Amino acid sequence: MVRDITLGQYLPGSSFVHRMDARSKILLLTASVVFIFLCFHFASLLIMTGFTFLVLLGTRISLMKYLKSLRGVLLVIVVTGLFQIFYGSGEPLFEWYFLKVTMNGLVSAAFIVVRISILMMISATLTYTTSPTDLTDALEWLMKPLKLVRVPVNDIAMMMTIALRFIPVLLEETDKIMNAQKARGADMESGNLFKRIKALVPVLIPLFVSAFRRAGDLATAMECRCYDSGAVRTRMKVMRFGWRDLCALLICLTVYAAVLCCGRWLPSVF
Amino acid sequence: MSVIKAEGVTFVYGQGTPFQKTALDDVSFEMREGEFVGLIGHTGSGKSTLVQLLNGLLRPTKGKILIDGNDIWQNPKKIRQVRFKVGLVFQYPEYQLFEETVAKDIAFGPKNMGLPEDEVEKRVQKAARFVGLREELMEASPFELSGGEKRRAAIAGVIAMDPDVLILDEPTAGLDPLGRDALLDQIVSYHKVRRNTVLLVSHTMEDIARIADRIIVMSKGKNVLFDDTRKVFSQGEELEKIGLQVPQITKIMMMLRKNGFPVDSSVLSVEQGFQEIISCLSSD
Ligand SMILES: Nc1ncnc2c1ncn2[C@@H]1O[C@H](COP(=O)(O)OP(=O)(O)O)[C@@H](O)[C@H]1O
Ligand SMILES: [Mg+2]
Repeated sequence: MVRDITLGQYLPGSSFVHRMDARSKILLLTASVVFIFLCFHFASLLIMTGFTFLVLLGTRISLMKYLKSLRGVLLVIVVTGLFQIFYGSGEPLFEWYFLKVTMNGLVSAAFIVVRISILMMISATLTYTTSPTDLTDALEWLMKPLKLVRVPVNDIAMMMTIALRFIPVLLEETDKIMNAQKARGADMESGNLFKRIKALVPVLIPLFVSAFRRAGDLATAMECRCYDSGAVRTRMKVMRFGWRDLCALLICLTVYAAVLCCGRWLPSVF
Repeated sequence: MSVIKAEGVTFVYGQGTPFQKTALDDVSFEMREGEFVGLIGHTGSGKSTLVQLLNGLLRPTKGKILIDGNDIWQNPKKIRQVRFKVGLVFQYPEYQLFEETVAKDIAFGPKNMGLPEDEVEKRVQKAARFVGLREELMEASPFELSGGEKRRAAIAGVIAMDPDVLILDEPTAGLDPLGRDALLDQIVSYHKVRRNTVLLVSHTMEDIARIADRIIVMSKGKNVLFDDTRKVFSQGEELEKIGLQVPQITKIMMMLRKNGFPVDSSVLSVEQGFQEIISCLSSD
């Protein structure tokens, strides 16, 4: 059933990371991603890996969930890993036709694989622990500086909020229309590709009609309440930078400093 | 000969997820060929779920749906045949309209059945007449019709498949009182001509009381009553306990009876009530 698709990936909870401010989560995540790419030493990579697992623990979401999130990029990880093995420079450990495996290649392959994996897992924490509405609110706040160059930040944020709000509604509607057409004998499960695409027409047309009708109704309702995108309004849920965010910031700064120190005083492995 | 039968049907939405919800709990009943059955119950009592199970859009979590004695899920590949046999008109069916013209939209079902062109044409005309769609509307776009006309067009789309069992899920929801009565009358006269089995879902007692032979009462996923219409409505207290209203006239008669007037309290229409009161008064 269409409805069974989990919306986004938000997993409600009340862990430390769940209760952090969405803005600090986005900023710290971005910084952490940069620092993952600044790791050129075993020590610093180890630090970032440890940090990643600390964050994962702080979400109180089972590790299996995160491993599953890696499944989608497994192919990418494997392929880049293999390329790295054969593209290393230096003395070959062994050769097979034109393929050369070097120590350097093995090391950089291991680096790439670990890097992509922790990158994916630490990014997943953001969407797993932040509701879509909090996420758009935070993005709106972070995009504020763009107002200076006349980017309509409020409108963009409103559009994102509305889109998110209506995804479940439209999914439910799709489900309903599909069932109604199936009841009239529509066959959506068999036939070749062309036939299947054609079978979607009786679902898509009513879906579009209803989406436009909804959009019109919503626009009218907003007009009636004198909605003005430029108006300054207060929020129901005020975003607050709390003690958790301060703790997280301090931990991150320590970790980043450690990574930088490794870069300063240890020789690069490449 | 029973046409359609449910045996201990249980249905759970989203099994194994945190949102798991038992919508039907061990429901059994049997409909006879050619009868007009009403299905009533509160919003959320599982009516829509039940009707989707009856035509194989949902598969029972436990239990069986039998048509002429055969389990409809015996061969899941043949489930489309079941849907041709058991026609289902969804709640607010006007959302299913999609074709360029009303005639083409009504023809969608019969065409899916693989009928020849002229047979399809014949069925479209007949179905349109049953629901009272005017001839000149047939070439109009379904999106230009009024709300009531859209509803009729959508119902015609299922009637055109000529199902042995016709199920209508709250066909009068959102219509004005006049349109509601007209549509119900058309469904009744369709049933009189076609003589197939009809299951009408509704949460308004007045509608059902007037036209159904037998009534299934659902409450919280269970069928609590299944009996002749009069017998069901004579159990007024029982119905009120599960939050259902008996028709107003039945209520008046029940109150008269309570106050010592020897009237029959199982009347279902104002007409009958009038006769009953007259005969009661004149017998004194
Ligand atoms: N697609 C669905 N997914 C999950 N729960 C559902 C779904 N459809 C209905 N339900 C739930 O099942 C119960 C029965 O619903 P339904 O059969 O639509 O009742 P009715 O038609 O009598 O109003 C309700 O509690 C409803 O919330
Ligand atoms: Mg319903």
